[in-house]
Amino acid sequence: MSALARLWRIPLGRSALIVVAVIAATALVSLFWTPFDPRRADAYSAWAPPGWPHLLGTDGTGRDILSLIMAGARITVTVAIGAGLVATVIGVALAALGALTARPVRESVAVFVDILIAFPVLLIAMMIAAVWGGSLWVVIWSVGVGYGVNIARVARIELRRVNRADFVLAAQASGLTRSQILTRHLLPNAAPVFIVQLSWSMAAAVLAEAGLSYLGFGAPVTQPSWGLLLSEVQDYITVHPTSVLWPGIAITLTVLALNLLGDALREATDPTLSRGRRAQTHTPEVIA
Amino acid sequence: MLRYAATRILFLALGLLVASALIFWALRILPGDVAQMIAGTEGTPAQVERIRADLGLDRPLAVQYAEWIGGVFTGDLGTSMLTGASVAAQLAAKAQVTIPLGAFSLLIALAFALPLGVVSAVRHRSRTGAAIGVVSQLLAAVPVVWAGLMLVVLFAVVLGWLPAQGFPRTGWQNPADAIRALILPSITIGIVEGAMLMRFVRSATLQALGEDFVRTGAAKGLTRTQSLVRHGLPAVGLSVITVLGIQIAGIIVGAVVIEQVFTLPGIGRMLVTDVGARDLTMVQGELLVLTGFVLVTGFVVDLAHHAIDPRQREHR
Repeated sequence: MSALARLWRIPLGRSALIVVAVIAATALVSLFWTPFDPRRADAYSAWAPPGWPHLLGTDGTGRDILSLIMAGARITVTVAIGAGLVATVIGVALAALGALTARPVRESVAVFVDILIAFPVLLIAMMIAAVWGGSLWVVIWSVGVGYGVNIARVARIELRRVNRADFVLAAQASGLTRSQILTRHLLPNAAPVFIVQLSWSMAAAVLAEAGLSYLGFGAPVTQPSWGLLLSEVQDYITVHPTSVLWPGIAITLTVLALNLLGDALREATDPTLSRGRRAQTHTPEVIA
Repeated sequence: MLRYAATRILFLALGLLVASALIFWALRILPGDVAQMIAGTEGTPAQVERIRADLGLDRPLAVQYAEWIGGVFTGDLGTSMLTGASVAAQLAAKAQVTIPLGAFSLLIALAFALPLGVVSAVRHRSRTGAAIGVVSQLLAAVPVVWAGLMLVVLFAVVLGWLPAQGFPRTGWQNPADAIRALILPSITIGIVEGAMLMRFVRSATLQALGEDFVRTGAAKGLTRTQSLVRHGLPAVGLSVITVLGIQIAGIIVGAVVIEQVFTLPGIGRMLVTDVGARDLTMVQGELLVLTGFVLVTGFVVDLAHHAIDPRQREHR
């Protein structure tokens, strides 16, 4: 049974996969169609309550909130994929350096990773934002670096474990070079660990994007980001408290789905995970 | 123990060195020219040159770095590039908001995460356990900003019990008002951080329940609960200590965001403002203090754990 089929048999994994797929599809659809133009202000319909034609109502400038949320999914998906890729590349590189090189190199990389792990992602983001100003790149790079070292720590142990396997010895004996062994044997066998971590780092990226965009260091104000939307409606929270609901629900749902997907992926790909240990879910760090 | 402490101190020193160097150099690869920025668009080249000399920006980077680090040891973090205010004095003033905020948040997180985490593990097959599990999973996905805003809607807008924003202008002169201003922000951070902690406590307790020493206790005639309380919970407490460092880092990050949500004049809000204004000396001082705090807490937590845990003592 393939890992995907096993994932599908885990009820939470199936639901999480569906939610993630729906969000990705929403982002795609919003490229071609949204109920209204998310940027079109319309003073006559400002603060319309949820109903028809504005299903989730409008904001203070009369923009349709459903359309804004749909368009915001684009930014969320972009940042999640971007940060996930950067984190994986950094994680794979540092894990390989920390697991497979000569001892002095290996151990200094491990120390370096241990030091970097102590840096909160948000502070890395502020450091980058202080130099280059805020942008989505700030989010992608800070989460990528911050989560990449986390991946490196977990994956290093996994790579070392796989590296001791007999088939690696056999590959060495048959004359494969180290990079061939890495790409043909080590990475495919350690891939489940990377995929699980990728899912969790994407959840972290979504939270970080929301937080940083809220603070003004993420998405530019011209873009419909969920975090930005939160900061825009905050000023009217005493008069229109329901407007705060929608962006928050969108963020929470996305993060929840990605976290659960990671949990389920781990369950589906790790044959050693017994029923008893299954209850131990991972503890993500607070990003924003 | 001494040997362990020595390696940890070395590690801490290395961490602080790397952190300070990273912060310093990262902020120096700025594309713009600070002196030009201060002089404004009307500044003559001579004025820009003088500002650069005044700020010491014309000297080699290594000299500037050494001077900055030298100052850190005497409590001098330099002065703001834009306002000329002392960075250390500003930080000390803002810490009067951030430190109580962080302490309250940590207390709230511990107060609800420890009991609920243990209960959800002991009852993990019952509905109570499952419900607590779902809530903690959900809370772990909630952005801090949104949690804060929802609490404002509930307690400030609908119920009108607590202020929605702000901190008394007179600071702690009126302690009751100051504490009232910190209640909602602390609960926000406490709940979100506590949700993470709860998941950790839950898995640590589940693990403890499966340990031989808890089973032996039960075999000696203790009930499962008695055995867990007497033999299991100390082990849970020890694992909680190991994640306290991460928790405190999380609270600092939460404070940066939450101070913005509740317009509290703390270190986090100062950092956000200074990053926006690109006041580099301020930003580097703030980042150094915050990351330094995270590193030092991690160090203290490690040492404490090593000192308390008997298992660490046996095979040193």
